[in-house]
Amino acid sequence: MMPAAAPRTADTASPVPGEDRALVVRNLTKEYRKGQPVLRGIDLTFPGSGLTAIIGPSGTGKSTLIRCVNRLVAPTSGEILFRGQDLAKLSGRGLRAARRRIGMVFQEYNLVERLTVMENLLCGRLGYVPVWRAWLRKFPERDIARAFDLLDSVGLPGFAQQRADALSGGQRQRVGIARAIMQEPDIILADEPTSSLDPKTSVEIMDILQGVARQRAIPVIVNIHNVELARRFASRIVGMTGGHVVYNGPPDGLTDADLKAIYGGESWME
Amino acid sequence: MTDQPSPVPRVAFAPNWTARIGWLLLLLYVGYAGSQLGFSAERFSGGLEHGHRFLVRMFPPNFGRWELIAGGILESLQIAVIATFFGILLSLPVGLLAARNLTPAWISWPARGFIALCRSFHPIIVAILFVKAIGFGALAGVMALIVASIGFISKLFAEAIEEISLKQVEAVRATGAGFLGTLIMGVQPQVLPRFIGFATYQLDSNLRNSTMVGIVGGGGIGAALFTAYQRFDFDVVLAILIIIVSLIMIAEIVSGWARRVFQ
Repeated sequence: MMPAAAPRTADTASPVPGEDRALVVRNLTKEYRKGQPVLRGIDLTFPGSGLTAIIGPSGTGKSTLIRCVNRLVAPTSGEILFRGQDLAKLSGRGLRAARRRIGMVFQEYNLVERLTVMENLLCGRLGYVPVWRAWLRKFPERDIARAFDLLDSVGLPGFAQQRADALSGGQRQRVGIARAIMQEPDIILADEPTSSLDPKTSVEIMDILQGVARQRAIPVIVNIHNVELARRFASRIVGMTGGHVVYNGPPDGLTDADLKAIYGGESWME
Repeated sequence: MTDQPSPVPRVAFAPNWTARIGWLLLLLYVGYAGSQLGFSAERFSGGLEHGHRFLVRMFPPNFGRWELIAGGILESLQIAVIATFFGILLSLPVGLLAARNLTPAWISWPARGFIALCRSFHPIIVAILFVKAIGFGALAGVMALIVASIGFISKLFAEAIEEISLKQVEAVRATGAGFLGTLIMGVQPQVLPRFIGFATYQLDSNLRNSTMVGIVGGGGIGAALFTAYQRFDFDVVLAILIIIVSLIMIAEIVSGWARRVFQ
């Protein structure tokens, strides 16, 4: 077992904008099986706005890290501090109340295939409206109006009545992002949102995510395999390997040596 | 053509001796069981002759007692519809509780046990129990068919729920939706078409069974059918059978139509 090297950190000393909206992870550990930690004591501060890209090889715990934030995965130990709450300690009603302010975008979009685009968007309001309203599809007018506006803004005007299983990958991911924004989130987590998409669509999706981070002034955390996309869109890059953070800093500070530390080897960089 | 024979014989399909012995044993047992039950060629030809006389007496079908038949058929139909409605209504929660991907094991195993219990007896046996317990009439038939519906439909519901994509459920849960919210927006859309299929299948099945519970006193056309048999009114029997067959065929058309509506 390799000892945890101190992460190469560039700008933790400088004041973080929007400190009260930052996400602070302290000594986070996750073991799916006892004695086999996937996350080994992660300490990270995600600034209160802007897009942070997490890069690192497959199986290194990137997905686990962001799933610990909205508790789709329960952390083994550690703290996740966000807006005055420790997300790691929540359960039941408190957890659901916290989740509705955390938007999530998935690699395979995870739309409810048999629902229409509009219904999928309104899923983002499930944490707010009573169940009977969702069941009878009697969502508040305001939510429906917002959903139409959002569809326009992600470039899908006129798609409200389409069923999700009739859409292309890029269109689905736009719906996925719109669903997350419907939650009026304080933070958006995106788990490899571009891995199933072509290069051009990937850029468009990253562009939308970057725009959301700017307009809403919220943190957007993106797990991503494509280092070039990360460099281009992120205001901050976190590099992980083997359950540790080995780089945490601005995109232009990410050197070939850092990439070698993150992914190992160098033949892939040619 | 090769000059020298290959040293190892190349066998494309190895003989499966276990399977061959298994088939042989099965064949031997069928022969043995048949001889135990007294089957013989004479018995068979005698039966054929008897069957011929029976068929002759059935024709032409006698619809003279149509009021009696119509009343019985109507009651069978009512039994089937009511039993299907309540059976499915009760199967929804039971099936959900039995789905192992959404429900913790300490709930799902008792639920599965309950379903197995409902399914362990033929509807006729359950109908006899209910007739003895609550008396003759359609209520006993309805109760028996509700139990039968729960036994089958809950299990199919549970299996349909276990096959859904959890990714979609995870996404709905991540929005902060509660359990019910996740059910109606994440689970129900995925399983609805299959549920409709099971429900129409159960209506079909209950229609058939509802013509039978009458034989043991559970109401419906079965009583008239049984009486006609016992009085050797085989032409009336044929009339009733023809009506039951057409009822089932109409049900087939209706359920196909219902499936298209909900696709």
